[in-house]
Amino acid sequence: MASEKRDKEEEEVKTDDGSPKIKPRPIVQLGIFLVAHSPVFSVVFSAAGVLALLILPLLAKNTYISENALMPGSARSMLSNRDVSDGSKLVKDIKNYWLNHEGQGVEVQKLIGKYMSDMGAEVYYQKFHPEGNQFHPLHFFSGPDSYTLLDNVSCASYGVNVAGIIRAPRGDGKESIVLVTPYDFINGGDYEALSLGITSTLFSLLARVTWLSKDIIWLVTDSRYGDYRPVAAWLTEYHSPSFKVSDLLKCGELNTADTFRRAGTVAAALVLKVDGRSERFEDTLSIYAEASNGQMPNLDLINVVNYLAVHRQGFYVKVEKVVSLLSSSWLKIIGEIFEAVGKLARTLNPDWNFGIPAADYLEGSATLASSLYSQALGIPTGPHGAFRDYQVDAITLKISPRFPPDSKTRQHDFFLRGARLLEGTIRSVNNLLEKFHQSFFLYLLTSPSKFISVGVYMIAFALLVAPLPMVAASLYIEGCKALTKSTDNPTENLKSWKWLDAAKQVFALHLLGFIVTLLPYFICQVPGQHSPRNRSIMWGTTSSSLLLITFAIIPGCSPFSSRHHGTNWAVLKSVTISAAFIGLCLMSIINFATAEIGALLLVPTCLMAQPIKPALRSRRIKSLLGAFCSMVLLTIGFPVMFFAISKGLFGEAVVGLSLGGEFWTWLESLWAWKSATYLYIGMVHLPCWLLCLCILFHPS
Amino acid sequence: MASLIRSWIPLLILQSFLVAIAFGSKEAEEFSEALLLKPLPDRKVLAHFHFENRAPPSNSHGRHHHLFPKAISQLVQKFRVKEMELSFTQGRWNHEHWGGFDPLSSMNAKPVGVELWAVFDVPQSQVDTSWKNLTHALSGLFCASINFLESSTSYAAPTWGFGTNSDKLRYGSLPREAVCTENLTPWLKLLPCRDKDGISALMNRPSVYRGFYHSQRLHLSTVESGQEGLGSGIVLEQTLTVVLQPETTSVETNMQPSWSLSSLFGRKVVGSCVLAKSSNVYLQLEGRLGHESKNVDTEIEAHKLWKNADFDLSLKPDRVLRESSSLLFIFDIDKSSDSEPFDLGLTWKLPSKWSCQQAPLQATRFLMGSGNERGAIAILLKATESQEKLPGRVVTDGRCTIKANIFQIFPWYVKVYYHTLQIFVDQQQKTDCEVLKKINVSPSTDKVSSGMLEMMLELPCEVKSAAISIEYDKGFLHIDEYPPDANQGFDIPSALISFPSHHASLDFQEELSKSPLLSSFKEKSLVRSYTEVLLVPLTTPDFSMPYNVITITCTIFALYFGSLLNVLRRRIGEEERFLKSQAGKKTFGLKQLLSRLTAKIRGRPIEPPSSDSPAAQSSFLSSKLIFKIILVAGAAAAWQYFSTDN
Repeated sequence: MASEKRDKEEEEVKTDDGSPKIKPRPIVQLGIFLVAHSPVFSVVFSAAGVLALLILPLLAKNTYISENALMPGSARSMLSNRDVSDGSKLVKDIKNYWLNHEGQGVEVQKLIGKYMSDMGAEVYYQKFHPEGNQFHPLHFFSGPDSYTLLDNVSCASYGVNVAGIIRAPRGDGKESIVLVTPYDFINGGDYEALSLGITSTLFSLLARVTWLSKDIIWLVTDSRYGDYRPVAAWLTEYHSPSFKVSDLLKCGELNTADTFRRAGTVAAALVLKVDGRSERFEDTLSIYAEASNGQMPNLDLINVVNYLAVHRQGFYVKVEKVVSLLSSSWLKIIGEIFEAVGKLARTLNPDWNFGIPAADYLEGSATLASSLYSQALGIPTGPHGAFRDYQVDAITLKISPRFPPDSKTRQHDFFLRGARLLEGTIRSVNNLLEKFHQSFFLYLLTSPSKFISVGVYMIAFALLVAPLPMVAASLYIEGCKALTKSTDNPTENLKSWKWLDAAKQVFALHLLGFIVTLLPYFICQVPGQHSPRNRSIMWGTTSSSLLLITFAIIPGCSPFSSRHHGTNWAVLKSVTISAAFIGLCLMSIINFATAEIGALLLVPTCLMAQPIKPALRSRRIKSLLGAFCSMVLLTIGFPVMFFAISKGLFGEAVVGLSLGGEFWTWLESLWAWKSATYLYIGMVHLPCWLLCLCILFHPS
Repeated sequence: MASLIRSWIPLLILQSFLVAIAFGSKEAEEFSEALLLKPLPDRKVLAHFHFENRAPPSNSHGRHHHLFPKAISQLVQKFRVKEMELSFTQGRWNHEHWGGFDPLSSMNAKPVGVELWAVFDVPQSQVDTSWKNLTHALSGLFCASINFLESSTSYAAPTWGFGTNSDKLRYGSLPREAVCTENLTPWLKLLPCRDKDGISALMNRPSVYRGFYHSQRLHLSTVESGQEGLGSGIVLEQTLTVVLQPETTSVETNMQPSWSLSSLFGRKVVGSCVLAKSSNVYLQLEGRLGHESKNVDTEIEAHKLWKNADFDLSLKPDRVLRESSSLLFIFDIDKSSDSEPFDLGLTWKLPSKWSCQQAPLQATRFLMGSGNERGAIAILLKATESQEKLPGRVVTDGRCTIKANIFQIFPWYVKVYYHTLQIFVDQQQKTDCEVLKKINVSPSTDKVSSGMLEMMLELPCEVKSAAISIEYDKGFLHIDEYPPDANQGFDIPSALISFPSHHASLDFQEELSKSPLLSSFKEKSLVRSYTEVLLVPLTTPDFSMPYNVITITCTIFALYFGSLLNVLRRRIGEEERFLKSQAGKKTFGLKQLLSRLTAKIRGRPIEPPSSDSPAAQSSFLSSKLIFKIILVAGAAAAWQYFSTDN
């Protein structure tokens, strides 16, 4: 006590007295310290960032049901054999139809509709136009567009969805749950018919239960035009119908005018697909959750399905993983190292049991990589993505049975289990008074029952981008000093305006990036049919000529300009790094996974970029190595190059000119899905890459 | 024997007392009970309990009631209620299958939750006060949160869109109110026999609440006597409408299920309520069945009416009445007793199909748009099949038109832009003047009053569909304005669509119809239908993280006060001057510091710096350092000890 008092007094004395030198405050001191030693810290932080990313599978937590109201599996299943026989009958009828008929017209839809109405549901048909995602530069983030009916609709191709609504007997009709089963009405498909069987089994039960509080909509979509488009068309009609006259209504013999029915706000949606045979002994259930721009449904929805599938119905549940990573040796070595470290830690303190077996680590990181990749791509992994645009939590369940589709004996059991899984899920969602909000929306999955929450995975990104402001500050100070030395004119010594020239150049290149981002829209408007390859060539040539024009017009921009007009490279790099930092931070808010992968590429490139000429002149090994590294990083950082490398990683080698075509198609899919990754590549990555290139060839 | 007599005596006394009352006053209070049963086309059965209690006009002072509930009459007197209707509803009325163009549906198809409207007989300035007091009184009376209607953001004053033209009308509804037995029990207490005797004894709670639709209604109106000195009489009408699904064993799906009262309710009627003037059970058969029989003159044909190839009634009706499309069997339950309970049953022998008459236009309402920012409300009116057959078309200027009134309340957090009102008729956009005959808008005020929209549409008779859409912005609520379970979303109460030129009535051409139920059917009632309740998801803060809020708030406070104090306390110029002077002195900082310290400890003024040996200083420093190290190590050891202990 006495000592404390004395310490305090001592402190007081110190502050009263003050030191003879003007000391900056501790936080400023710390800042100065970090900036002064930025090279060391940038290496440490970047390495820590990569390590944190690698360590993520170890930090994954087990999932748990956060919302108590869900109570999955607490009610006994009410499915009876009568319901299953209803489902089997529908499948049999559809199969018989395919035996006797050619696929034309809307007979199958009518057959399904008849089954639905026999069960007591309100049935309607919806026609939609298969044309969907049209790229428009201004429609990014503008939400699902309404009133986008095309004026000249041809009756040549249109799809017909069937939907049935079961009204909750005592419900108030404010909310509904949607079940979607894609089915190809023209070509059929034995496995797809099984998904109809499961849902029909379930529907037959739901039509007579009394516990429903939300209406149930069963939507059978016309998967001839893909899985996504029909669901999106139905949702558009559900949420933003056009009351104007549509030519589509007159097509075909089926009159669908004014029959569209609704059932309140959609609380949750489940897409069910039966696809292929399971490779394992059990039936396999794959869960797909990623929607556009890395948005995920509430984790509770996945938890409920996973819990019921594993603990009640005995499915083998899996989520997508990058298969090629499973056999990679370097990841295995890392896994073994982590395992050893974990074991060591446990011997020190039995409470420290963070170590996991290397095989688990491998699985976890392969799943994590896939999760990151799908989120970063920003393209939904299934029809459930269409629901996310309307703030509806949805997932796709893909069930692979372990028996061939024509096995009658196993079918009964399969229908029973599949329908019980859906029944349990719907019952849980039905219990919900509020919409899903308790559990996480921002997470990465490392297995169906393990997740990494936003608080953990942000650390890796934060560590990665942390060196950027430090290095920017140190470079700026350095550059200012150099400029002050080189110029004698006192008017130019105004310290605060040193960065203006560099900023001009950075801004010019970002503007160029923006134009390049918009270019594909105009290239698409060029009349005539062009192959993706030609289009990519057009794009490439226009972009590079634009780049040359920029260099020519704006003085000081070009790396080839004379030394006196050019800006100091240190200041230029400092501003570039600042721009990259801002861009990455903004992107991490929009789509974290894109920012994470982008940071992995962009941060080393930006940090390593330095003029190549002095390095060559000095001929020292250290600087030569640095120059070589920055060149390699810049090569990898070029979007097309990175695309080719990642393609190679995934096992598809693309070389030569076809690469351009592939890249174009890939980008086209990105913008068609309104992926923010496209904007990121065009407006953050490309300008920063170009700036790094400028620095590399800087004539200093 | 003695016990029997003892039990009889009070009854006899009561009986004589009642008779005395009945003959004593000129116009006695009357109570009547009735039950209407009606098979519905979708294999369900509708049961409509109807109780009417009339209090004749009498002196307003010293009013004494024999049958009429005192609570209600006090309510009427206190708040000067001219007319009032309160309904508690669970489930949705299926306009397609259960009909929309008969008095039963237009009066008893109510919106989900609680709906209350009242007309007051007070000066205009006191209407709102009366309404507020009334909601509180009813809230206590019916064990429901009707008092939430007190707030001015939840009720509106419709002028003409509601159907009753009065400027003293107030209307409010609570869509989220759950309805259960706790609301039914006080309602039953208003009946003279409660649910102990008579028709109301059928109300077995589990079977009543198992139904698909349940609406409990209380309607009261005052009747002016016209005489000087006499107050006004009150008519209290209590109805309970339930739609039940009879248990069926037959597998045939097109066969109507057979039922009896005991299978529907699990109870039987044993005698009428002795206080009731009339107690009847009606069975209404609609559609094709009614057309078949033309003459009911002879006994055999009458017999054929209730025992024929199609169906079988278990009891012989006392009377049979006919209307253009339906048959009405009337049963008197006075004859039933404990030994011979009244258990009406209907057995179907052949599959039969019919359809109910629907309102001219069927209305659905839904939300449009996505996101937390804005959206639109759309009302879709679709022509029904029975539209062309209905009377009530108005021909003006050679054009045949259907009139439809739309009355809609918007809560203030749904900020409606009335200029965005768009009307489409048969997929053609119409300008307002083409179809809109009258419109009355009262915009909402944030947190003060709700918005209201009344409009009268005049649609051509051959209309197939009409759509009305209006855009809105979603408002932000203050943190304490969120209700429990805020993440569910917010309700927009049902809109009311009424057809002012269409009136529903059932006239059974019965001159004897003293029955209040039949006379209420005979009255022309406005055809009206309520739309769905809508659920608007609004942005909700994360309520489950008060910790974060506290942390952030504390951090902000700390930063604010810290910097403020710094600014107030520190004088930069002074400090700099002081530092400069210190630098000029060039004394040993550490020495001076030590001397100050010792001075403070001793409590003496500062001594001039003496020449201490540097060795002693260093030893003192090192001992301090060692002490510190020991302190930290001790703390670490303690922490380790306690942490492993756990």
